[in-house]
Amino acid sequence: MAAHVMTETTGERPAMDAAAAIAAGTDAPALLNVIGLQTFFYTRHGTVKAVDAVTFSVWPAETLAIVGESGCGKSVTALSLMRLVPDPPGRIVGGKVTLAGTDLLALDEDTMRSVRGKDISMIFQEPMTSLNPVMTIGRQIAETLLLHEGLSRSAAQQKAVEMLRLVRIPEPEQRAKEYPHQLSGGMRQRAMIAMAAACNPKVLIADEPTTALDVTIQAQILEIILELQRKLGTAVILITHDLGVVAETAQRVIVMYAGRKVEEAPVDELFARPLHPYTHGLMASIPRLGLMRGEIERTDGRLQEIPGIVPALSNLPEGCAFAPRCVFAEERCRKAFPPYEEKRPGHWAACWRSRELYGAADA
Amino acid sequence: MASIDHQAELNRAGAQAGGFWGSLAYLIRRYPLGAAGAVIMIAILLMAIFAGWITTFDPTTTNSRASLAPPGGIHPLGADFMGRDMWSRIVYGARISLAVGIGATTLGCLFGVLIGLMSGYFGGWLDLIVQRFMDMMQSLPLLVMALVMSAALGPSISNTIIAISIPLVPTVARVIRSNTLMLREMPYVEASRAVGMNEVSIALRHVLPNTLAPLIVLGTAQLGSAILVEAALSFLGLGIPEPHPSWGRMLSESAAEYVRTAPWLVIYPGVAISLAVFGTNLLGDALRDIFDPRLRH
Repeated sequence: MAAHVMTETTGERPAMDAAAAIAAGTDAPALLNVIGLQTFFYTRHGTVKAVDAVTFSVWPAETLAIVGESGCGKSVTALSLMRLVPDPPGRIVGGKVTLAGTDLLALDEDTMRSVRGKDISMIFQEPMTSLNPVMTIGRQIAETLLLHEGLSRSAAQQKAVEMLRLVRIPEPEQRAKEYPHQLSGGMRQRAMIAMAAACNPKVLIADEPTTALDVTIQAQILEIILELQRKLGTAVILITHDLGVVAETAQRVIVMYAGRKVEEAPVDELFARPLHPYTHGLMASIPRLGLMRGEIERTDGRLQEIPGIVPALSNLPEGCAFAPRCVFAEERCRKAFPPYEEKRPGHWAACWRSRELYGAADA
Repeated sequence: MASIDHQAELNRAGAQAGGFWGSLAYLIRRYPLGAAGAVIMIAILLMAIFAGWITTFDPTTTNSRASLAPPGGIHPLGADFMGRDMWSRIVYGARISLAVGIGATTLGCLFGVLIGLMSGYFGGWLDLIVQRFMDMMQSLPLLVMALVMSAALGPSISNTIIAISIPLVPTVARVIRSNTLMLREMPYVEASRAVGMNEVSIALRHVLPNTLAPLIVLGTAQLGSAILVEAALSFLGLGIPEPHPSWGRMLSESAAEYVRTAPWLVIYPGVAISLAVFGTNLLGDALRDIFDPRLRH
C-alpha cells in the first residue's frame, strides 16, 4: 500500500480507528477522518436517519469501498463529505469530517466551494446525464481548472486534452471539441473521471461509477480509476453494491446497513471470514457458476437471497437494524443495538452473536 | 415481393445531408412550410435592409397630383390620398414592423429569461412573489396590456417597443422558469456543484444555455404577435406616430374612407401584415418541430 505517498502531514494526529490504521499497515495520519457523521432527512413521515454515527478514515492513495444495498446510506455519506446533501430536507446534524486537518463541516460555503473539485471530488453514477449536453467535453473539464487552478483559457483547454489522454480517450484533441451526445456511455464516464481528477484531488469519491455501464466497459473504467490513483496518489472512496468490484479494487471495505456501519475489514479478511450475518447474506447472494451447476452446498440451484427488505429509515427497529431479516436474531438483538467492536485485529463488526456464529475470538 | 429502393429510403431519411448546404437541403425537404416561412421572413428582411435601393419615392413625401393614384405606372402599388407612394410606404413600413417586432421580442425575452431563470433556479419566496406578479401581468391579454402601456407612455417608436415588450415578459418568464425547474435537477448541475462552481455560474453557464432551444421557438412565435400588436396599436393611433410609415396606421388611415374608392390602400398593407405574421408562424412551427426532441421523428 502506497501510504507513504502522502505529501501533506498535518500537525495534530486526529482521532481515528485504530483498526483502520492497522489495516492500512501504517502509523501515518489519515488523510480523511469521518467521526460520528450523522445526516438526517426531515420529512413529513418523520426523521430519516440516512447516515447515523458513521466513522471511518481514509489514508492517502488507498481505496476504501463502501458497500450495501440501495438505501443503506452509501450515497448520502458521499454527499455529506462533499456537503452536497440537498437542504432541505437533508441536514448534517452531527459528527466531524476532517480532510488533511481541515474541518470541512465548519467551513463557510465559499471556502467549501474552493475545496470541492480541488481537494475532494466526485464521480457520479449516470454518465449519460452528468455532462451538460450543450457544452463541449473539453470546455467542461477546462471549467474545473479555470475555477481552481487559475489557468488561462487556452492552458486550461490544453490541460483538459491531457486529462482526456490520461483517461485513455482516443484522439483527445478531437474529442475535446465534441459534445456529450457524440460520445458513448463509457467515453462519457471517462470524461467525467477526467473532470473529477483534473485538479489532482486528494480524495476522489466514485459513487457507483460503473453501475450504469455495460459489463465490458465496467472493468475498463475501474482500471482507469485505479491507474489515475497510482499516477496521482489520490485516495479513492468507492461506493458500490457490487462485491465483485470491491474484491478487484479495494484495500479496505466498509459494509453499511440502514445508515450505520455494520462491518469493516481489509478486503481479503472480509471475503474470507465475514463477521456480520448481513455481510454473509450479501456474499451468498452473488451468483456463482458452481452454484448453477449444483456443485456448492446449496444444491437446489437457486440463488440465495436475504429475506425481507431494508427497513424504513424513518422507523428503525429499536435494536439491531438487521434483526428483522436476520435468521440468527434473538431477544437481545431486538432489544439493544450491538456495540461496534474489534472482533479480530483490524476487523470490526456490530453484531451480538458474531463470536458464537463465526468464531471471531478464535482467529 | 416489392423491391426496396435503398437510395430513395436513405434520401428520405436525410442520410445524404452533409455539411451546411446538405443539412439545409434536408431541412427544406423535411419542413417545406417552415422553409416557406423562412423565405417570406428573409424577403421582408431584405426589403427592410435595401429599402432605399428598391424604391424611387420617399415614403413621406406628399404629392397632391398623385393623390389616390391607382396602381400602375410610376406608382406600382398606387398612392394614398396625400400622394405618397404605396410601394415606398410598404417597403419602409417593413423596417418599422421588423424594428418594433424584433426590438420588442428581444427586450421581452431578455427580461423574461432573466426573471424566469432567477425565479426557477433559486425558487423559494422569490419565485412565489415573482410568479404572482407575472400572474397579475398575464391577467390582461397581450393587446390590452400593450394598449394600456402605450397609452401611458405616449406614441413613439421606442415607447411602442417597450409597450409591446412588457406583456411578453411573463410569457417568456413562464416558459423559462418551467424549463429551469427541470434543468436544475439534472445530474450535470449537481456535477458542477461537485467541482465547486457557485450557484450563479451554474445558472448562467449550465442552465441558461439549455433553455435556448425553447427560447428560440418561443421568440419566433412571439415575433409574429409583436408585429400584429404593433399594427393594432398603430391602427388605433397609439403606436407609431406620423410621419413613419407603419402598416397598421396605413390601414387605419384608409379603411373607413377609401376602402371602396381606393381599395389598394387597404389591401396592400393588409397583405403585408398577414404575410409577415404568416411567415413567422410557419417558421416558428418548424423550429418547434426541429428543436423539440419529443416531436422529432
